[in-house]
Amino acid sequence: MTVKVLRRLAILLVSVFVASIVVFAFMAVLPGDPAQVALGVNATPELLAKTRHAFGTDRPLVTQYLDWMGGITHGDFGHSYVTGDAIGPQLIDRLGVTLWLVGAGMVVALVIAVPLGTLAAVRHRKASGTAISGLSQIGVAIPAFIAAILLVQVFAVQLRWLPSGGWTPPDQDFGAFVRGLILPALSLGLVQGAVMTRYVRSAVLDTLGQDYLRTARSKGLRPYQALFRHGLRNASVPVVTVLGLQLATLLIGAVVVERVFVLPGLGSMLLDSVSSRDLLTVQGIVLVLVVGVLLVNFVVDLLYTVLDPRLREA
Amino acid sequence: MKARIHVAALALLLVVSGCSAGSSATVSGAPDSLSVGFSAEPQNFDFTRTDGAAIPQALLYNVYEGLVKVDSTGKIVPLLAKSWTASADRRTYDFQLRPGVKFSNGAPFTAADVKFSLDRVKTDWTISIKAEMDVVDHVDVVSPTDARVVLKTPSNNWLFDMTTRVGAMFSPTGVADLANTPVGTGPYVVASRRRGDSITLRENAAYWGRKPAYSTVYLKYIADPTALNNALLSNGIDVISTITAPDSIPQFQNDNRFDVIQGTTNSEVTLAFNNAKAPLNDVRVRQALTYAIDRKALLDTAGAGYGTLIGSMVPPTDPWYQDLSKVYPFDPARAKALLAQAGQANLSLRLRIPNLPYAVSAAQVVASQLADVGVKVSIEPLDFPAVWLKQVFTDHDYDLSIIQHVEARDITTFGNPKYYWGYDNPAVTSLLAQADAGTAQQQITDMREVAKTINTEAAADWLYLFPNVIVAKTKVTGFAKNQVSESFDLTGLGPS
Repeated sequence: MTVKVLRRLAILLVSVFVASIVVFAFMAVLPGDPAQVALGVNATPELLAKTRHAFGTDRPLVTQYLDWMGGITHGDFGHSYVTGDAIGPQLIDRLGVTLWLVGAGMVVALVIAVPLGTLAAVRHRKASGTAISGLSQIGVAIPAFIAAILLVQVFAVQLRWLPSGGWTPPDQDFGAFVRGLILPALSLGLVQGAVMTRYVRSAVLDTLGQDYLRTARSKGLRPYQALFRHGLRNASVPVVTVLGLQLATLLIGAVVVERVFVLPGLGSMLLDSVSSRDLLTVQGIVLVLVVGVLLVNFVVDLLYTVLDPRLREA
Repeated sequence: MKARIHVAALALLLVVSGCSAGSSATVSGAPDSLSVGFSAEPQNFDFTRTDGAAIPQALLYNVYEGLVKVDSTGKIVPLLAKSWTASADRRTYDFQLRPGVKFSNGAPFTAADVKFSLDRVKTDWTISIKAEMDVVDHVDVVSPTDARVVLKTPSNNWLFDMTTRVGAMFSPTGVADLANTPVGTGPYVVASRRRGDSITLRENAAYWGRKPAYSTVYLKYIADPTALNNALLSNGIDVISTITAPDSIPQFQNDNRFDVIQGTTNSEVTLAFNNAKAPLNDVRVRQALTYAIDRKALLDTAGAGYGTLIGSMVPPTDPWYQDLSKVYPFDPARAKALLAQAGQANLSLRLRIPNLPYAVSAAQVVASQLADVGVKVSIEPLDFPAVWLKQVFTDHDYDLSIIQHVEARDITTFGNPKYYWGYDNPAVTSLLAQADAGTAQQQITDMREVAKTINTEAAADWLYLFPNVIVAKTKVTGFAKNQVSESFDLTGLGPS
């Protein structure tokens, strides 16, 4: 067991290292000069050279990379070309917003998917089961930003029940925080919920056909009782896998949803820094996102063994 | 069991969809606070080292003040200087300063700060517009309330530039951390900021002038135009500072909760010609392209009809404005004839534009109208600002481009042959210099001549002047109709 965890950890570290090189290389080939963007249209060549020197972008790429990674191992992401601020604290601040959003989106998705998926599986030969499957099919086809635009139009612009965007930190005004999070979480969660419903349905269907459930039924348990007592834990293994994969999709979806709802999270920070060629910041954000996704996969791997004792020996 | 699941699902649906029904979503609840939406966010508060319109838009006249300011009609009026006189040779300016003015950190504002601020432009500023103060020879502190500025040569542009951010007054005690802690003499101080979201301005209690009507102003930054509109429609903000997508204006005009204020900007949406490179170094080709484009139709299509046809690089708020929009009527036959004369009947041009909505939609119209006179245009959208700045602006790698030139009085760029227009006309260069050095009357005469010359030579095609459209709740009044300065001036605003 320990060996297995250590092996997974080693894979994680190597992946992060490779990812950091890829991220850095992508930034290096991105057209556009950060110094030029920072200085504006009429910058003189001397000033440009001076600024490139101050940014350190005139040094060899290998030096720049080693410097960057060296800093990160000490928790120092460097200083933004544009704002001059340390990037690390900004990342943490923005990550907080994105995590709230992704977390709330995940909750919405699960709250939709688990009951509906189970229901659809149990009633897969009845009209209500088919209806749920059909609805989830439609849900899968709607991108998060379309859902976002529709929700804003109805609940913010027409009904004026909820704000169309903006962010209030939870410690400042919790009520406003929740109100502000509802529509973004729904935009992310509805679509993911539809996707997850389908996975939950097929996982539960799978489980329903297993011998041990038939045994449980023959002991006199009602269908739902058998399912809840013996089936759900088994059905959860494939669902957790998909959950891990979907979490990565949620993070990416958050980038767009943050833009629509004006949330100061990692996604809007990423878009702003790309357009201002704040490359150090972009690198930092992308690395954090990549590490986040890798970590989720790592945790999912470990979760399997918790959920399914049979996998512990493998 | 079944029933329990149904109840749970219903409860969840209720929690998720309707739990705050009826609650109001307004940010600015208090009557003396105001929430204004902007599209471009300042990266920091230091406009001495970071370029771009967003910082002065938020801070100039609101947090920082200069000796003079420009009002909404384009006139230079007193601010920290009560009055000023110019010597007969127009090289020496004496400013009589307002007494009793304090910076927001408590330091008094005196003539020594004028000297400090103007000297500092040369020593500490890094952005390119610092060059506007190169003409200053030195500043004398005559008395605490009298500052004398001596110029190397007479310059009308200099006094105008003093109304912009380069003329902002700083205190030696307040420049330690400009990026985060701005210290000015203005009616507001920066209270807090949340990156990617908002800046909060609070009333400066020690302000020398009229107390602002709103003691707290939230500047909300919303990059997406639809999200910005929705914020106003759903009561999230009180004002949209500038509408960037004009096709959304009618939805506000048809809603009696809002006032739509329309005026002009300094922002010429310009079809740039690479004057230095064949075939556009031929004046007949440039004129042909200008005849071939129906600017009225373009304005209706790309700008939803909002905006002004100008015909040269002069907005109506400049003192030397004249209407040159009818010099090149829409005349495809004449365009074809000119192209034939120039031996360019089968022309193929690259239109390299920034990937911004106005440029993309204007480019479609330009390409289709030029196709009608036999000019093949390939549209290449470039990532803005990074790629466009590098390839078009710096390397001059383009035939045609479309961009908003937002700076005030940027007609002077036609005097610089190295500018990306590639326009080299010594007569224009010397007229511009003469206008700068001459009397106010001479300046107007000479600038008119410049505007006419570049129009005649079709140095560019000024498609239209971008409109200044402010949308505000009816309870907020006092907006400057025309955007002439770099500032979104909060000082005149108040409840109706």
